[in-house]
Amino acid sequence: MNAALVIIALFFVIAVALALLARRGHEMSLEQWSLGGRGFGAIFVFLLMAGEIYTTFTFLGGSGWAYGRGAPALYILCYSALAYCMSYFLLPAIWRYARDRRLVSQADFFVEKYESRALGVLVAAVSVAALVPYLVLQLKGLGIIVSEASYGSVRPAVAVWTGTIALIIYVVISGVRGSAWTAAIKDVMIFGVAVGIGIYLPLHYYGSYGEMFARIEAAKPGFLTLPDRGNSPAWFISTVLLSALGFYMWPQYFASVYTAKSEDVFRKNAMVLPLYQLVVLFVFFTGFAAVLVVPGLAGSDADLSLLRASRQTFGAPMLGLIGAAGLLTALVPGSMILISAATILAQNVYRPLTKGASDRQVSLLARALVPVIALVAVVLTLRGGNAIVNLLLMGYNLVTQLFPAVVLSLGRRRLATAAGAFAGIVAGEATVAYISLSGSSVASLLPWAPEVVKDLNVGIVALIVNVTVFALVTLATRGRRVSQPAGERVSMAATGADH
Amino acid sequence: MVEFREELQSNQPAHPLRLRAYHWLAAVPPLCMLGGVPFANRVHRLVLGLPFLLLWIVIWVVLTAGCMALFYALDHRVTPDERGL
Repeated sequence: MNAALVIIALFFVIAVALALLARRGHEMSLEQWSLGGRGFGAIFVFLLMAGEIYTTFTFLGGSGWAYGRGAPALYILCYSALAYCMSYFLLPAIWRYARDRRLVSQADFFVEKYESRALGVLVAAVSVAALVPYLVLQLKGLGIIVSEASYGSVRPAVAVWTGTIALIIYVVISGVRGSAWTAAIKDVMIFGVAVGIGIYLPLHYYGSYGEMFARIEAAKPGFLTLPDRGNSPAWFISTVLLSALGFYMWPQYFASVYTAKSEDVFRKNAMVLPLYQLVVLFVFFTGFAAVLVVPGLAGSDADLSLLRASRQTFGAPMLGLIGAAGLLTALVPGSMILISAATILAQNVYRPLTKGASDRQVSLLARALVPVIALVAVVLTLRGGNAIVNLLLMGYNLVTQLFPAVVLSLGRRRLATAAGAFAGIVAGEATVAYISLSGSSVASLLPWAPEVVKDLNVGIVALIVNVTVFALVTLATRGRRVSQPAGERVSMAATGADH
Repeated sequence: MVEFREELQSNQPAHPLRLRAYHWLAAVPPLCMLGGVPFANRVHRLVLGLPFLLLWIVIWVVLTAGCMALFYALDHRVTPDERGL
């Protein structure tokens, strides 16, 4: 057992212990378990929302993109800033509606807004299809980080199993309070580690940032600007816009909006989060520094650049800290994904199917589903082939398709019909699936288009199909909507309140 | 361990936020950040030791935060009719 492993194990135990302690003094109804009783202030909501910025994707993928592709990596910095800008207006509106109707999941929002349980089931299906691969991504990252940081003394499969079992235990017991408490140490760790190595590596190996970039530019001309084709400015802008629209459509972040105790929480966070996400910049610096320090990592091995450069530079204790930070970046989003997926399945699939389910049954089922979902994810992580890679690529595009239906429902008068939203989402998701599975790009779909159009992110096509079908079906079904008698509009989202 | 909640209730607007004319300013940072990408991308020199595209984006990320802070301040002014209530 080496020093790095001891440190990783230590932080792991502290994180899990904190998560378990988080439950103290709270009866765990579904609303408590899934939404922390809607009582989180600005700091807890900040921690949950910052979870989106620092997943294992940012930690490994962010540095991997900077290392492998250079300037195109900067899109990560842009889309979150745009999403926060949007959040100032979007989230208070969503929060207010969710509080008034006591919504528990993202799918509930659609059910209530469009008065359609079928739409809820559809959104639930989309959510789970996007969430499970996202969880797999976190677990894969966890395996890589722990095995690299422990100098290979822990095999990835062992790390994945250990992490998942801990995850199941604390998620079942503490719910989203556990996520928020672990997020607190995770953010301190990642802030220290990411900024620390992002400053140290460039200065240690190159003397200054200017020298580092000058030497990279000399070794790889054009690496620090976007290329003229492929990841060109057109690709960059379209990708940033699509990702910003999809940002809050992830079920776990949408539901984390519900945990806030006031709408002002989001306005405060909208000013802090853009600055906070600049930490990603230091992850990029690490990736850039690695370009000439650990050259030769090709393809998906680029994701190892941060860990390999650190291994070459630091001793075991520092590597342990990096490994611990990486472990936490997998656990926190992982726990939120598990809670969301389980809540959605229990609340939006099980409850409508069994008309008479009590709140208690739904709440128990949600927690019983946690190990099931986690085990499916572990199997996919350890056994998954290319199919899972396709799903991962699809995930962001899948959830982005929910954006039109959310935005069009926010006005005072509802502009769209349930049939329109349903058809739009189905058409959008079908297009995403076709595009991803066939490996299409705009260039292959429209070979005659000018270069600028060819480089656009292909997700735009799915969104256009979605909005077009949405508009057409809405126009066709608009007059025929029969308003339900008020008495029948029982809010299916209402759960046992416990304040 | 103490219950980890903060007091936020004090300075909230009394009613849901209304959209005001200055909220259109929110469009400025995204438009400049992204609209400037094709142009910032043509600068191949380092500025302040950083690639210009990177610097350009960082500047607009900071200004996005500034814009949000401005909104926050303006939206939390006590307006005359609120005071009269």
